[in-house]
Amino acid sequence: MVNPLTPVLTKRWTEPRSWTIETYERTGGYTALPKALKAHPDQLIQQCKDSGLRGRGGAGFPTGMKWGFIPQGDGKPHYLVINADEGEPGTCKDIPLMMADPHSLIEGVIITSYAIRANFAAIYVRGEVLHCIRRLNAAVKDAYAKGYLGKDILGSGFDLDVVIHAGAGAYICGEETALLDSLEGRRGQPRLKPPFPATSGLYASPTVVNNVETIASVPFIVNGGADWFREMGRDRSPGPKIYSLSGHVTNPGQYEAPMGTTLRQLLDMAGGMKDGIPLKFWTPGGSSTPLFTAEHLDVPLDFEGAAEAGSMLGTTALQIFNETVSVPWAVMKWTEFYKHESCGKCTPCREGTYWLVQILQRMVAGNGTASDIDTLLDVCDNILGRSFCALGDGAVSPITSGIKYFKDEFLALCDQNSKVLAGANA
Amino acid sequence: MTQAAENTTFDQSTVDRAQAIIARYPQSRSALLPMLHLVQSVEGYVSQDGIRFCAGQLDLSEAEVSAVATFYTMYKRRPCGEHLVSVCTNTLCAALGGDDIYSTLKSHLGVGHEETAGEPGTPGSITLEHAECLAACDLGPVLQVNYEFYDNQTPDKALELVKALQNGEKPAPTRGAPLTDFKQAELQLAGFFEGRDADLDGPSAAPETLRGAQIAKDRGWDAPNMPANAEFPALPEKK
Repeated sequence: MVNPLTPVLTKRWTEPRSWTIETYERTGGYTALPKALKAHPDQLIQQCKDSGLRGRGGAGFPTGMKWGFIPQGDGKPHYLVINADEGEPGTCKDIPLMMADPHSLIEGVIITSYAIRANFAAIYVRGEVLHCIRRLNAAVKDAYAKGYLGKDILGSGFDLDVVIHAGAGAYICGEETALLDSLEGRRGQPRLKPPFPATSGLYASPTVVNNVETIASVPFIVNGGADWFREMGRDRSPGPKIYSLSGHVTNPGQYEAPMGTTLRQLLDMAGGMKDGIPLKFWTPGGSSTPLFTAEHLDVPLDFEGAAEAGSMLGTTALQIFNETVSVPWAVMKWTEFYKHESCGKCTPCREGTYWLVQILQRMVAGNGTASDIDTLLDVCDNILGRSFCALGDGAVSPITSGIKYFKDEFLALCDQNSKVLAGANA
Repeated sequence: MTQAAENTTFDQSTVDRAQAIIARYPQSRSALLPMLHLVQSVEGYVSQDGIRFCAGQLDLSEAEVSAVATFYTMYKRRPCGEHLVSVCTNTLCAALGGDDIYSTLKSHLGVGHEETAGEPGTPGSITLEHAECLAACDLGPVLQVNYEFYDNQTPDKALELVKALQNGEKPAPTRGAPLTDFKQAELQLAGFFEGRDADLDGPSAAPETLRGAQIAKDRGWDAPNMPANAEFPALPEKK
């Protein structure tokens, strides 16, 4: 039986000076790299496919399959880009990982680059996390000094350069094609897909873009094997996952548990709801994933479980709100965020989020009208699936799910004529 | 390059740094974002001179650089204070008190979003902003000074911190390096850490960060044991 918590990525965090190369090597770090470099790159891709590892940045795309999409023998340079632009509201797993154990990411980067035949990798970190950037830079420097980076790594003939790239404050750059544009020194605006980054990514060359937690898992998979990884979690969503509990919970923090763990189990380990005030609503994976309520305490939190219950696993950022919080207010705050972060490239998202904020602010100020809920849902309908990238889809999630579960609260903000809102039955 | 070196704002060492940034990348334009951080480390914001400097280094037009500089929140178009104080007012932090913290600081400093109390750049001057999610939700409400984290804040704690900053003190962050100023932080964001190795030892492991790992340790919970010699799969046949 697998334990309720399975510290793999977080295990080293409790070591003194966990971020140093000395600690990393003393606790088994850089042992996967020499093994990987002796294998054929295609064996590493196959192992990653066999492990069932899925992207930890929100979408859950199978990682090995993504690596396999890179055309080989095409004569073009290949690139690995790490998406460390963590900014989805509620999400706070990659930042502590990079602060506490930057070398696990670096070792994962080297192995992945070898697998996809990339000789240049960039770690795109959001600019607001200076301490992470500092530790990552030091880790890269130390890895060069030890011969883990640079020319002819460990005598394998494989060369790799890694750069730590600080972003400059733009949530949209967490979208992989916006991130690539930003890394190319442009405004961070998403690209039309196809072509996908696998064929036309950084500098129009084949590129893998992966999340921090995903790539930090790679050295463990190389050392433990695919079957070991699959001992944790569920069949289609295997492995351990860092669940980030925040908000009205007694002991918020990072809990690394097998995929498919429920909020009830996590809350139990986290000391329950703060001050015993009951749970009202929560996000399973950041504000872009539709809200859950107390009815969803036993939903297995993996990609399938969250989807079957009408939401998404996202980044396993569990923002927990008790009965004292107004849903329309929370939804308004999130909508203000999406409006601020909309890059402006496509009309539905740029204009839609602007109008959504206007309506919600008016409602929360007590000046709602009978038609507001209809209008909100209508605007949402014109954003969802009609925007350039997933930011627009994410922006409507709190609104539509908030109205779905807490319509009475929205109605209470509207005027006396609220009975005419027959159409607003989302 | 020589042209930029003649510019009085940006001395030769800044030009050298700009060139060092360019050398990190396969293509020079990728250097633009870090170079704008470098400009802020000199000027305390991005001025039209700064735009011109980047354009000159990268052989871009000023319009191309301006388009980028105006897109990103962290590039300030007006001179910043000695310190930049960023208060998270996204939903979760706000529900835990972030909105109160922001309004307390606003009224104490007498400024609004992206405005500076005191003469920009002089000791004790402070630029205030409300920030979007700072990825420290388990430690909320949070604020940052020059991008170092001050966790689990209250209006009173934040007010005390800001008053100390105004008095020229530099209270240590909860997570991050000893406080310097906005310009030094921007230099590090541009990738220059010379002589600041001790910054690495600034704390990072808050109790919240370690919560799960610590519970697992205390209760003897671990991930399944790895096999002694995990084999790689056979080399897939070429299709």
